[in-house]
Amino acid sequence: MSTATRETVAGRVGDSAVRPDAALKVRGEFAYSSDLFADDMLWGATLRSPHPHARIRSIDVTAALTLPGVYAALTHADVPGENRYGLDHRDQPVLAEDVVRYQGEPVAVVAADHPETARRALDRIAVDYQVLDPVVDAELAMAEGAPVLHPECPGGNVLRHVRIRRGDPEATAEVVVTGEYRVGMQDQAFLGPESGLAVPAEDGGVDLHVATQWLHVDQSQVAHALGLPPEKVRLTLAGVGGAFGAREDLSMQVHACLLALRTRRPVKMVYGREESFFGHVHRHPALLRYEHGADRHGRLVSVRAEIVLDGGAYASSTPAVVANAATLGIGPYQVPNVRMDCWGVYTNNPPCGAMRGFGAVQACFAYESQMDKLAERLGMDPVELRIRNAMREGSTMPTGQVVDSAAPVAELLRRVRDKPLPPPADPTDPRDLPGGVANTTRGDGVVRGVGYGVGIKNVAFSEGFDDYSTARVRLEVLGGEPVVSVHTAAVEVGQGLVTVQQQIARTELGIARVTVLPADTGVGSAGSSSASRQSYVTGGAVKAACERVRDTLCALAATRLGREVGLVDGKLVTADGAVAASIADVLGDEVIERTVEWRHRPTFPLDPLTGQGNAHTQYAFAAHRAVVDVDVELGLVKVVELACAQDVGRAINPQAVLGQIHGGSAQGLGLAVMEEIQVVDGTVRNPSFTDYLIPTIVDMPPMVVDVLELADPHAPYGLRGVGEPPTISSTPAIVAAIRAATGRALTRVPVRPDDIALAGSASRPVPSRPEVPCD
Amino acid sequence: MNTAVSTMEFLRPATLAEALETKAAHPEAVPLAGGTDLMVELNFDRRRPPALLDLTRITELAEWSEVDGHIRIGATVPYARIITELGSRLPGLAMAARTVGSPQIRNRGTLGGNLGSASPAGDGHPPLLAGHATVELASVRGSRRVPVDAFFLGPKRSVVEPDELVVAVRVPPATGPQQFAKVGPRNAMVIAVCAFALALHPENGTVGTGIGSAGPTPLRARDAEEFLAAELDWAGGRPLPEGVAERFGELVAAAARPIDDVRGTAAYRGHALAVLARRTLTWAWRDHTGRGSCG
Ligand SMILES: Cc1cc2nc3c(=O)[nH]c(=O)nc-3n(C[C@H](O)[C@H](O)[C@H](O)COP(=O)(O)OP(=O)(O)OC[C@H]3O[C@@H](n4cnc5c(N)ncnc54)[C@H](O)[C@@H]3O)c2cc1C
Repeated sequence: MSTATRETVAGRVGDSAVRPDAALKVRGEFAYSSDLFADDMLWGATLRSPHPHARIRSIDVTAALTLPGVYAALTHADVPGENRYGLDHRDQPVLAEDVVRYQGEPVAVVAADHPETARRALDRIAVDYQVLDPVVDAELAMAEGAPVLHPECPGGNVLRHVRIRRGDPEATAEVVVTGEYRVGMQDQAFLGPESGLAVPAEDGGVDLHVATQWLHVDQSQVAHALGLPPEKVRLTLAGVGGAFGAREDLSMQVHACLLALRTRRPVKMVYGREESFFGHVHRHPALLRYEHGADRHGRLVSVRAEIVLDGGAYASSTPAVVANAATLGIGPYQVPNVRMDCWGVYTNNPPCGAMRGFGAVQACFAYESQMDKLAERLGMDPVELRIRNAMREGSTMPTGQVVDSAAPVAELLRRVRDKPLPPPADPTDPRDLPGGVANTTRGDGVVRGVGYGVGIKNVAFSEGFDDYSTARVRLEVLGGEPVVSVHTAAVEVGQGLVTVQQQIARTELGIARVTVLPADTGVGSAGSSSASRQSYVTGGAVKAACERVRDTLCALAATRLGREVGLVDGKLVTADGAVAASIADVLGDEVIERTVEWRHRPTFPLDPLTGQGNAHTQYAFAAHRAVVDVDVELGLVKVVELACAQDVGRAINPQAVLGQIHGGSAQGLGLAVMEEIQVVDGTVRNPSFTDYLIPTIVDMPPMVVDVLELADPHAPYGLRGVGEPPTISSTPAIVAAIRAATGRALTRVPVRPDDIALAGSASRPVPSRPEVPCD
Repeated sequence: MNTAVSTMEFLRPATLAEALETKAAHPEAVPLAGGTDLMVELNFDRRRPPALLDLTRITELAEWSEVDGHIRIGATVPYARIITELGSRLPGLAMAARTVGSPQIRNRGTLGGNLGSASPAGDGHPPLLAGHATVELASVRGSRRVPVDAFFLGPKRSVVEPDELVVAVRVPPATGPQQFAKVGPRNAMVIAVCAFALALHPENGTVGTGIGSAGPTPLRARDAEEFLAAELDWAGGRPLPEGVAERFGELVAAAARPIDDVRGTAAYRGHALAVLARRTLTWAWRDHTGRGSCG
């Protein structure tokens, strides 16, 4: 790069620095974890339960082992450590013991010299199942007398209940609207299904190369299951396609290590897309009941809500998702009286856990639908109603937490509202019409609708979690030039974190040549690449480590030069601005290396009875306006335009910020109109991209984006987490626009063509409300 | 080579005659055209045939020509060529081809493969039904022509014998307007929830229809065809009488035998077919009578 000779190096904070993986990915040359290779490696494969709920009477692997080319066939009996893992509770077996609790649960693993042979070996494992009735309805799972799926869970099938009480929970209001909403199960549908390579080491440990989201939490869970000390389980990040929460839980990590340690050969495991649908957690399906009360001017008086999240067979991160749905569940509004109950429940459905938006998505669909309903009841403009109730800096959350940095909710809404509306569709280009090139309309039956949504998300981990990141920064002179290397365990999942780390180091040290070392467990934990937190937390750690390096360098220079100097644009400069020395002059052969563990402001637990507490460290907001054309007769939707306004505090990499906003909005569009894992009686009906549809470029419209940069004084560079907010508000905005076009109630996402086109679908019967236990 | 993995023979005939001999000698060999259906099946381990019979080297199958006043489309002509080369003479088929998969799939996928799979959701089938096409089959025993409405026996089952290949389809060039419309919950790259093809044949005053994804096989709506043929003012070109398009739609929906499945409900399919039939008729008749431009 020629930038090294410039006065101010390019690619600093605020520049749209080019990502190192961009061209490689576009050209198909990027090495994903599925491209890993070792001489002499074996291929692992997983036998999964076909039943959502069954007792295992016996497992016989003999016939698999007699197949030539098969090196190992392992069951739970071969797990040397504790056969349990899990992010919050260790409730999930590495390999099933006496019970399987969801369709696709791993039962046995094999290693063979060819992936085909491994697959065939699975067919020869005999598992004797006694099929049990699955518990598939989250509300029924909570009811008295439901079969208990995890006897050790104190709440029966209720994994967590968060209750929030603020003001007078029985407050009455002049105008009341109620609604019941449902959110279907969404998949992260990331690029690059689960894969990795485990290599047995000389010391009896194992080296695991894997696409994941959080190396150290994998390390501790893998070590626990293998019965090894953590230092004998070393992880290196392999190329990640995307994650969106789906890689936060373990998938093939322990399995591959078990097989490698047993066979003493490197073992590679790669899921196909179909297996991937069973290999990771999904977004919680939700049932949400809301009652909003307001005065006749539209000022919110109270919100009462009950949310039931179907956690599926294992805990994963359900407890944290419950807290998010509850604490963020009334939206970015000021409401004096709140009664919120949110439950996360065990069932025999696929396990659900982290996905972009993390509980805030489900709630936002419901509370924004309610805001529209309220506006209609009051005869008010829906944006005006929202602005009237919008929270701002200094507002109090229903948890009692005061929002102590920018919360420009009203401004975001005004911005999307005031954008010019797109022109009518060109009826001669089918790609502009609902149905696309399938020629279903030439404008027949097409009605335009406009809708709005605004959402709130917490950034980083909450409720007192010790949420930190570690950065090691090294400065040395190579070939006469100062060179910086940054080492963290922070995972690049496609969000651009490698570039962000580089930009921060360039900014702090003024040095162009910055290398970001591969992420591995050779350095301390960086925490998860989730919760929109890495630019904040790992960014903060890199910044802090650079500052230490800079201080050390300046101190060294001061002793060498005999006067105080500072580091400006990569040069050591005296107080009057004169260049005193270059870094190379001062440093010579010496190396400065500093490692820093960095934390955001602490958060605190929620009071178990009232849900009061400063649980979150930062809030982030985005608003959307959606313009749709709906073929009201066929129920097909074309999203014509999405406008988004989001406050990001500081855009570290403006292009990457736009990428996040476009991508997040697209994922929200998917949830609004097409993405759903259909689960019937605990069985997944559409585990492939043939029938699990995600938006194509014809479905995703052009976007109009306003990025606000209102610095958060508590955060590095004032930045605010970017990744999740755009996913949250695009869904309700699109559904509101479809409602505007069709007049349908549309209380469930994704909206299906039937919901729009078939008469009577607006009054689709909803199951009556059973009694739910309240602890 | 691994003993556990059974081998699969890959047969590559250079001519049709050679292919038919190979097929006669290896009736279990599965033909491979674009591979856009077959390779998915193999990758998912749903099929493990002992041999594949690659048709892509056979130039005779990869061309279209005019024979006896019909367009004869070789079995391995990909959709992309049908769109660009036959759009004006077989507009209904070209419109359907345009809706298949993505550009990559349209570059590889073929009508022969669509017929070979015989899926009720094959988008090529409704316009062939509406266009009164015949399927040309051949084996070492000789060749035969089967009207496309007698080709399908059930879901993924057809009249093709184990020693036979689909060689071509023959379609009369359009003499009147043709339409194809398909419903899916995504605006591109989607398997039909239901599809409908319409062809007006003014030269003999008949109507052709084809229904996709709403029955065990692709279907014709015969009552709808007869009803409409009698109602249209072929010579005078009068506008559609009041209620005719609606009635046509109802008859098309009545001819369907849809089910509830992961892609949609039977009720929706019936409803959507009625809408598609009504709309496509309206557009086609407008085209025919020259009233209003229809793009
Ligand atoms: C991503 C994707 C999207 C798709 N979208 C669509 C869509 O929108 N609409 C649609 O209709 N289809 C779709 N398909 C399915 C497929 O592309 C079509 O059915 C295509 O027409 C198959 O043609 P092919 O040449 O690839 O067939 P192949 O896969 O080569 O063969 C298909 C079957 O036909 C048999 N066969 C092939 N040629 C002959 C022959 N000459 N004689 C006898 N048997 C033969 C084969 O043995 C095999 O059983 C899609 C597929 C994919 C992967």
